[in-house]
Amino acid sequence: MTTPAPASPAAGRKINRINLEVAAYRGGRTTLCAGCGHNAISERIVDACFEMGVQPERMIKLSGIGCSSKSPAYFLGGSHGFNAVHGRMPAVATGALLANKTLLPIGVSGDGDTGAIGAGQFVHLMRRNVPIVYIVENNGCYGLTKGQLSPTADAGSALKNGVVSGLPAMDLCALAVQLGATFVARSFSGDKKQLSSVLKAALAHRGAALLDVISPCVTFNDHEGSTKSYAYVKDHADPLGEITFVPFFDDISVEYDPGSSIAVTLHDGSRVVLKKLDDKYDPRDKLAALALLHESNQRGELATGLIYVDPAKPSFVDLLNVVDTPLSFLPEAQTRPGREALADIMARLR
Amino acid sequence: MASDVVNDFSIQVATVNGSGSQTANLVLIRSLFQMGIPVSGKNLFPSNIAGLPTWYTIRANWRGYIARKKDVDILVALNPETAREDVLALDAGAAVVYDAALKLDEVRADLTFYPVPFDELVKPVCPDAKLRRLVRNMIYDGVLSRLLGIDLAEMDRALEKQLGRKPKALALNRAALAAGDAYAAEHLSKADPFRVERMDATRGKILIEANAAVALGAMMAGVTVVTWYPITPSTSVVETLIDYMKRYRVDPETGKATFAIVQAEDELASIGMAIGAGWAGARSMTATSGPGMSLMAEFSGLGYFTEVPAVIIDVQRVGPSTGLPTRTSQGDMLSTAVLSHGDTKHIMLIPSSAEECYSLTMKAFDLAERFQTPVFVMTDLDLGMNTWMADEFPYPDAPLDRGKRLDRATLEKLPDWGRFMDVDGDGIPWRTVPGDGLPAYFNRGSGHNAKGQYSERAEDYTSLMDRLARKFETARRAVPPEVVDEVAGAQVAIAAYGTSHWAVEEARGQLAAEAGLATSYIRLRSYPFTQAVERFIDRHARVYVVEQNRDAQMLSLLKLDLTPGQVGKLRSVVYYTGLPIDARSISDEILAQEREARQRARP
Repeated sequence: MTTPAPASPAAGRKINRINLEVAAYRGGRTTLCAGCGHNAISERIVDACFEMGVQPERMIKLSGIGCSSKSPAYFLGGSHGFNAVHGRMPAVATGALLANKTLLPIGVSGDGDTGAIGAGQFVHLMRRNVPIVYIVENNGCYGLTKGQLSPTADAGSALKNGVVSGLPAMDLCALAVQLGATFVARSFSGDKKQLSSVLKAALAHRGAALLDVISPCVTFNDHEGSTKSYAYVKDHADPLGEITFVPFFDDISVEYDPGSSIAVTLHDGSRVVLKKLDDKYDPRDKLAALALLHESNQRGELATGLIYVDPAKPSFVDLLNVVDTPLSFLPEAQTRPGREALADIMARLR
Repeated sequence: MASDVVNDFSIQVATVNGSGSQTANLVLIRSLFQMGIPVSGKNLFPSNIAGLPTWYTIRANWRGYIARKKDVDILVALNPETAREDVLALDAGAAVVYDAALKLDEVRADLTFYPVPFDELVKPVCPDAKLRRLVRNMIYDGVLSRLLGIDLAEMDRALEKQLGRKPKALALNRAALAAGDAYAAEHLSKADPFRVERMDATRGKILIEANAAVALGAMMAGVTVVTWYPITPSTSVVETLIDYMKRYRVDPETGKATFAIVQAEDELASIGMAIGAGWAGARSMTATSGPGMSLMAEFSGLGYFTEVPAVIIDVQRVGPSTGLPTRTSQGDMLSTAVLSHGDTKHIMLIPSSAEECYSLTMKAFDLAERFQTPVFVMTDLDLGMNTWMADEFPYPDAPLDRGKRLDRATLEKLPDWGRFMDVDGDGIPWRTVPGDGLPAYFNRGSGHNAKGQYSERAEDYTSLMDRLARKFETARRAVPPEVVDEVAGAQVAIAAYGTSHWAVEEARGQLAAEAGLATSYIRLRSYPFTQAVERFIDRHARVYVVEQNRDAQMLSLLKLDLTPGQVGKLRSVVYYTGLPIDARSISDEILAQEREARQRARP
């Protein structure tokens, strides 16, 4: 793998730790609706990748089908992307990582793409702890087919056409925690600061990182009576406390009070410092995470922030015990056994 | 006694599934093979772990005809539930080795009966009652050895090959073999015409289940990512591959693998992973059967439309739906050729033998990367799960063809590059892969232009579809060509593919010897077909397309390529019982259709 020569930045332009400008992380112009929460998420992805100084050629962007799944075209223009089939992006991402374990995948999905048609693949992606930043741009409805209910729509939430969801919502965060994901966060497309910290922390993590980001659909699900509208989410978001991300390459020492904060060191050496509102909550505690999600749901609130993290569990790809060189770049000498191997096999079959 | 029939018979062993007859059957086959006699073994088994009836047929034939023989010459009847029915189905003159307790000699008078008291014989041989069920079967090998004249030393050698690493089991089975032989020598008098004589027709050959040959082809093709979901009859492709890869594809210094094999949650995921890996530059594959193929339809279309290489092994079984999961067919040919919605055409390779399962699987990886598309290897249960003789597999004589993978030097030479730009005029664009540091592109299953950008423009869509069609035409010149055996002056010809080949070869012999009908033969090995098919049809009056499905699927595919005149020459011979096709079914049907044609021709 080669590192491209960094473009020399114009005087005064801000560059990151690998000498790239933020423009190197931008993508094509969005074709989503003006005000769509997904566009804000794309912007946060651009900023987070820029600030983390990730190499664009090491990143891959993957998606399924739906409004959310269009968005990978709108960020990281210098990275390979694959807009695959509905609900099956997890398999494509897994396969790409099998081919090249050094790639850093960002998957973008929607609540229908993940919770309905893609539920099966989502379950196994989380269960395998595949190293991916998996973002669900969750708006509780199908946008591209003009506003049907999705499985994350809350019971009692009404669509624009008056249809009210009678079924309980699927809690993707609780599902992910239960299945074995090692980084589970919920955020809101309108919370720039929190979303940015959570995204950077997810990039620093190695394992399945689920980001359930409530991202209102301004066209079909932003009215009164919807529990996924901007107004409703602003009123009901219940942040778990301030989250500060300290990248590994930043040598600033962050002062924190261990009595009121928790610091978790992530895979690459970066740290997240969580200021506790509730002195009992520890995101490394799986049972506490599930209880928190359940209780918050009962209160009709939306717990946001880093809900669960286990930085130590080995990822699926790391368990495979494959050679260091990406399989996609192995030369023939390493992938085609020699004559003696075939002769040995033939001798046994004679 | 009728005159001797030497090295030309079929044996059918009727047992209960799970009774451990596999060792006895393989020893029987191997001992005939070691005596130089062409042989094949086919397991006709139920979809069940234990308890249902199962039959194993062994064909020995000095001419090398090793297709399933329709009639059974020697029945070994050990299953009380089917024994009477099995005996009633025999032709007069057949021999029956049976468990004496079944009293089968009461059923018919026109057969040769050899009663053997299996339970009585096994007791002294195997004092442990729990093991008797497994050892008991070796007794019929001993009996057949004596009745047919199979050298007991060869049986013993075959047994050692089978069980050499399990000394206790080896000793027990040896004793059972000897007991059967001794009993036959003392109590049975030979009254049927079948016997063996040493020949020299298997020198330099191996015995192999062709799923293992597919696995070997994949390993020698340098496969690096294998994703799969277990399904009969393809399971042993990957399970065998896992064994081979652990042995030959682990770096001895670091102990690390040069491959990843992942059991997926279903076939949607297994092909999705294979496509993801192919896109990212690995040689990837999956193996499945009919129901899995149906599930893979959408991703197959994605692979075709986004031009991602992957190899899919389809070990065909009987459909539709769950069908007969442990029986064989060629029932996926038509659906696979166009698998997916929209205009789609896939490259298929069609092996007939274990050798071709090895060589064509290897070829499939080269073609998948050369043409940047999923390539399907269409084998079947008869090939995959049965025991075949084969020439030893040659070491590949050409390096891997990784196709048009762009490197920096090539990129600089190209006047312009876009992922889907046809710069060479052959319909095949150049590709980059994630991590290679070359220009990236956005791959998408939605409409795209030559640069890979989203497009719904009419001319972008049409030109993309036309280029994909052009690429398919280029593939026509790169696929393994048909194998043609043209008989001078023959008016009648046969076209066949896959496992039908073995029965066709024998049927041609029957047609020539019994009806004086000389036939030419073309064996199809790929889709698209090469130009040779049209030329072959042009030179014959009637071409019988023989296949193992109800709807003449290959004939339908041929029609797409042929002129109305050529289509008018095609006749269909189909066989769809779930059993491997036999020669007699083919020759009878061809003669019937020939007679009908002559009658129609008369005024």
